This record gives sequence, C-alpha cells and structure tokens, in this order.
Amino acid sequence: MTGPPVRLLVLWCPDWPVVAAAAAAGIAPHVPAAVFSTNRVVARSAVARRSGVRRDMRRREAQSRCPELAVLGVDPDRDARLFEPVAAAVEELIVGVEVVRPGVVAVPVSGASGYFGGEDRLAELLLDHVPAKAGVECQIGVADGLFAALLAAHRSVRVDAGAGAEFLAPLGIGELNQPGSDRTDLVDLLRRLGLRTLGAFAALSERDVTTRFGVVGLVAHRLARGLSDRPPNRRRPPPELSLVERFDDPLDRIDAAAFVARSLAERFHAVLAGSGLACTRLGIEATTANGEELARVWRCAEPLTAPGIADRVRWQFDGWLRAADGIRPTAGVVELRLVPEETVAGRSLQLGLWRGGTGVDGSLDPAGEEQVLAAERAGRALVRVQGLLGPDGVVTAVLAGGRGPAERVRLIPWGDVRPDADEQPWPGRLPAPSPATVYQRRIPVDVRDVSGLAVRLDERNLLTGAPHLASVDGSHPRRVLDWAGPWQVVRRWWARDDGGPFAHMQVLLAAVDEQRVDMAFLLLGRLGDEHNPPQWTIEGKYD
Amino acid sequence: MTGNVVVDAPPVGAGPPAVARLASLPGVGTASGVAERAQQARTTGEVLPVLAELEDALPWSGLRRGSTVSVRGSTSLLLALLAEATARGAWAAVVGVPDLGVVAASELGVEVARLALVPHPGAELAAVTAALLDGVDLVVLGGGLGRGLGGGTAGRLSRRARHRGTVLLAAGSWPGADVELRCETSDWRGVESGYGFLRERATVVHTTGRGAAARPVRTRLLLPGPSGRVERTPEEHVGVHAAWTAEEVG
Repeated sequence: MTGPPVRLLVLWCPDWPVVAAAAAAGIAPHVPAAVFSTNRVVARSAVARRSGVRRDMRRREAQSRCPELAVLGVDPDRDARLFEPVAAAVEELIVGVEVVRPGVVAVPVSGASGYFGGEDRLAELLLDHVPAKAGVECQIGVADGLFAALLAAHRSVRVDAGAGAEFLAPLGIGELNQPGSDRTDLVDLLRRLGLRTLGAFAALSERDVTTRFGVVGLVAHRLARGLSDRPPNRRRPPPELSLVERFDDPLDRIDAAAFVARSLAERFHAVLAGSGLACTRLGIEATTANGEELARVWRCAEPLTAPGIADRVRWQFDGWLRAADGIRPTAGVVELRLVPEETVAGRSLQLGLWRGGTGVDGSLDPAGEEQVLAAERAGRALVRVQGLLGPDGVVTAVLAGGRGPAERVRLIPWGDVRPDADEQPWPGRLPAPSPATVYQRRIPVDVRDVSGLAVRLDERNLLTGAPHLASVDGSHPRRVLDWAGPWQVVRRWWARDDGGPFAHMQVLLAAVDEQRVDMAFLLLGRLGDEHNPPQWTIEGKYD
Repeated sequence: MTGNVVVDAPPVGAGPPAVARLASLPGVGTASGVAERAQQARTTGEVLPVLAELEDALPWSGLRRGSTVSVRGSTSLLLALLAEATARGAWAAVVGVPDLGVVAASELGVEVARLALVPHPGAELAAVTAALLDGVDLVVLGGGLGRGLGGGTAGRLSRRARHRGTVLLAAGSWPGADVELRCETSDWRGVESGYGFLRERATVVHTTGRGAAARPVRTRLLLPGPSGRVERTPEEHVGVHAAWTAEEVG
C-alpha cells in the first residue's frame, strides 16, 4: 500500500455480462437484454437501460417496463471465457495485461505510451484494434491507480498525472461500491453521515477514518484520495508453459506413446508447479508425419496431477491410434504439444491430510476411505472410455425440473461440474412410477376405438372414444386392456406452432391375440393443426 | 428362545454323521453353512448388497463380485438391482442403453450421481466394456448387445469381470451367465377406464443359473409397489399359490 499509484490504462467493455450472454445466446445487439441473478437485474444492455430497466430491479417489473426484454442467466464462467479474446487482442499491442474482472482490462501505460507516441495515440490504437479483433465495443480511461482509471474509463476521459484526487473529488460516494468490492454497507453509512462525494470523504484525516471504519474504511479512503490499494498483478501470457516435444521416430504404437506420456507429463507438471499453477483444461495437440493436425482439449473438474496428465495423453493416443479406418491418422505422430488451456493457482491441488472423510466425531471412517478410492478408480475408467469415444461419450444424469420423463433429465459430460439436482415439486408432473425406458425416437402408435375409428384428442383435451386397439409402429394391433388419462401437458402454449396442445395417456396392452397384460406404455398425444396431423407417439415404456 | 435351541439341535445319534457325510460331498453344503458364508461374503464386500426385497431372488442374497447376471424382460428389475449398491457408494455404468429412464432409476433408489451412462459405444463396445470392468463396480450392458458381441467376446468380458471382481449385468440373454433372472409381468393395477394412474405392478421373477444358483427359484414382487419402490407381494395377493411358492423358494 505504499508508493505512488502506477499510471494505468483501463479498457472497459460496458455491460459485459449482457454482451457475453447475448453473444452466447445469439441475441442481436439491438434487442434489449438483461442478466438476472435470483430474479434481480445485475446487468442490462444500453437499449434496455433506455427502456427504464435499472440494476437490482425485479424481473417482473423489468419485463413490464420492457416487454421484449431478453432474460439471460448469470454465468461468470461464460463471461470469463468470452472475454479471453478481448484480453488477447489487448495483449497483441501491450504486454503485462491484467484482467481485473471479465469486462475490464488494466495495463500499465508508461512503456507502451512511449513506444506508440503518447497516451492519446495508444488509446486511439486500442479503440481501433480491439473492436476490430474481438468484435466488442469498449471505452478507455487513463489515470493514476486502478480505481481512478476505472472511473475514468466509465467516462472515457484521460486524467493527467497527479490530478487523480481532483478528478475523483466531485464524484458521488456511491462510486466506491464497484462490482466485486462489497462496500455496500460502508457506502450506505457514509451517505447517511452526510458524506456524499468522494472529495468530502477524502477530506477526513486517515487516522479518523481508520479508528471509525477499520480496514475497509481505510482502503476506501485511500481510493477516494487517489492512492492505490494494491499494486496490479500482471497477467502473464502463458506460452512458455506449453510443452512441445519432437520425435525422430514417428510414434505409432500405444506402448511407446504411454512411455513418452509418462516422462512428458512429469516435466509438464513440474513446469506448471514451478509457476504455482495447476492445469484444469489440458490441450493435447499432435502433428503426424504426413502433416495432419490432431487436437483435443481435456477439461477436468479437479486440477490435473502428473499421473493424471500422463493418463490423458496415453488415452488420447489410444483414441487416435485405435480409431476406425478413415478417421485414424495415416502416419505416426512426430510432434506433440501439451497446452495448459486453463490454469488455477497451484494451492488448490493440496489434498486434505485425511481425505477419506471423517466421521461425525472426527474419527477416521474406513468406509469413506474405501468410497473415495472406488470413486477414483471409477473416474479413471470413465476418463479412459472418454479417450475412446470423446468427452461426450460418457455422461452422468442430473434430475432437473420438467414434466415429462425425458424433460426431467439433463446429461452432463463426465468431468464437467454437476449442477445440483433440482428436486422441487413441479406442477403437472406425472406421479411415480416413471417409465424405465424413455424412447429417444418418437414411435407412432395408431389407437382405435371399438367401432374402428381413430381415437383423437379434442379441443377440451378429452378422448374422442375409448381406446380399444393399438398398433405400435405399424405392427399387429393389440387389445387395449385399460387406460388412464388423458392429462394435458401445459407447455409452450404461448408459441403454438408444433401442433399442440399435447396430452399424456397410460395404456395397458395385451399380448398379441391374448387377454393377458403384456406391456404398459406412456403415450403422448397431439391435437394437431394444419401443418401437423394429430398423432399418438410412445414416450416411454413401463418395463 | 430356549425352544429354538432345542429344535435346531440335531438329534443325538444318527443326525450329525449323516449331515457330515452329506457335507463332505463336493458341492454340497449345509444350509447354515451357506447362510454363514453369505453373511461373511457380504461383510467382506465380496457380495454387493441389493434391496432386501430382492435378496430372495438372488443366490448369495446379493450380487457376487465377478459374476455375470443376465436380466430379461424388465428394465426396472435391472435398475432395482443397482439401487442398494450405488446408494452405499458403489459405482455403476450403463453401456448401450440410450433409452434409459433415469427418473425411473432414481425412483427405484439408484443414486444417479454414481451412475455413468455410455449411450452410444458404437464399434468400440468391447473396448469400452473392458475399460469399465476395470474400474466400475457394476457394468450394465444394453439389451441385445450380448448376441451382437459373439460368444468369444462375451466370454472374454465375463472372464474379465471375474478377474476384476466386477458384476456384469446384461439386459437380455448372455451366453454363460452365472445367474439368469427373468421377469414376467402378471398384472398392473391403478388404472381404470381413463381414471387413476399406473401405481403398482405384480411380477414374478424366475431365477436360474449355474453352480450355487442351479436351483430354480420363483419370487413374487411388486415392481414397483405403491411406494414407488420394490416391495414384497403381500400375502393376500399371492392367494392360492402362496403355499407352493414358499415351498419352492425354500
């Protein structure tokens, strides 16, 4: 907390969460959009702002002010991922880029402004370069210290060196409460004390502030006076961390690859650990003797250890070299690159000393230890299968909200973070039991009543007749022994272009030419419109 | 309690030598010996636990590690077999069943967080299954895959399961399965001409197999019962067949 603040240039992308979310969802910039967290607006686009959508507004109120508002979910991972190209574009011109948070980049300005011929010229260059490269709008501010530079960027101004305090003085005290700083209470308190500008707060003596508001107040006070709270940590570009290995003899055997993988993994891991990092996304890239480029990125929920890296390299080779004809590379691998696509601070690799899990009384639980081992063993086997089939080949299911048995299941590739299961009651859900087989393919069923007429849904979601015979996918008709329903499926009634409404019905079918109960099906019926004929399909089988 | 002791004690004289003579034959064990071994196997983790209702249908009262079990006629039964083991920390993988009803699995008691799905193994079926047998406690192979593999590969996978102590569960028939379960639906209850909803299903599970499971067993189960999980068929539902079923089960 000492020394004069570094002169910084801040490049700020306004409303970044909305920009990123809209880009990910494919929403055009002119459509008003807002990002919501727990039903409150956390960020909104310029168009939405003009319609009167404010931060911290309830969703219902925001939608009432702006009915066409696109509602987007908050996702810090997405924001960070999409911000990477912006940071990279800045990095092309200036070294030592620090990503303050997704949407904000800070760079020390002294060296670069000398090189490019002045701060204004540098800002101009960046304003040309970044939107052209990354396709996002941005604003730039230059000032002493991160806090002042950030506020300067919000206003697109350049503050002269040493004039930070004068720049800050007339600004409202609410500016102290930047995202991620959690100074809501302090700002609230200062405002009630009558300190409405940063200048008024800065005029207090540091001693008085510290005795009354503690460390939080001290940091805020330093910021208000235009001093730095901490020196910026430079984000270093990581190319030197990726490992390239060339082989004189092309690698075309798995045992040879396994041997190489082990030593490579040790070195790669050592380099990362030397930088205090561990890898959570590992890029494995290879070039074959015939010039083919192979690449796959492995994402892992846990930071990778050296054996973990070795396993993945070996399995990836296994997958490449054992692929079917036509997909398999035509020659051996002559160059292999291991790229840390995503890293985390290395301390997250530390495992607990007794990681087997302890009982309620703190004693060691051997069963817990065994379960951890079983989970590790299973995890290795599943990752091995991912090497054969690709990351999406192995999935786990998470139960989520929904009505039909298929809607309630979300499949997550193995290794990705599992969201919490959502076991809330859901209106219109069928009671247990659920069908043990849920067909991916919609199998058509022809349902007839006693007089041989097709059984349909009518406008009131009732059956036009009692089901008597049913023929599955054009097969021999079977007797319908009993049925239940129909229950209306209330979904997407506002976008009625799929021939709905729909309804579920349970039927018990007899064996062919017999009166014995053979099968129970869950059918989904469609009322039909001019484009979609009325139809019954099998959704699931109770087998 | 003393009454029990008197009943269990063998008659002095002819009893013990006769039992001993029989027990000395290879492949013949006393009932108490079998029960003891089953109990020991369960506590040492040699047998993966199943729901209490399913214990009667399986030799060893559970899924013995290294065995191959074929389940025909019911996906629910297959899922119910996974329930207790996954709930107690074992891992299961299902290969080649893209149409698996995960909600039903969860309702039957399967811990879906420890259930990995490989819906489309494609041409790599044998390699995928072999890899899973190395690390997962229970591996389920989808219906019809046993036939598609050919006897040689199927046998190899069974041997790998035995070697690694994994339970291989095959939907449909499997050449050389240690235990074969066949599920027959006898009745569904709960629906009535448009009213109600499917609530419980009465089934009969036929168990056949080799070795210790050679004696055929029939078990009557509600799959699912009114609670949504596996239940034993209440006596009044069994009706006239109760006597001989009980006799056959032993």
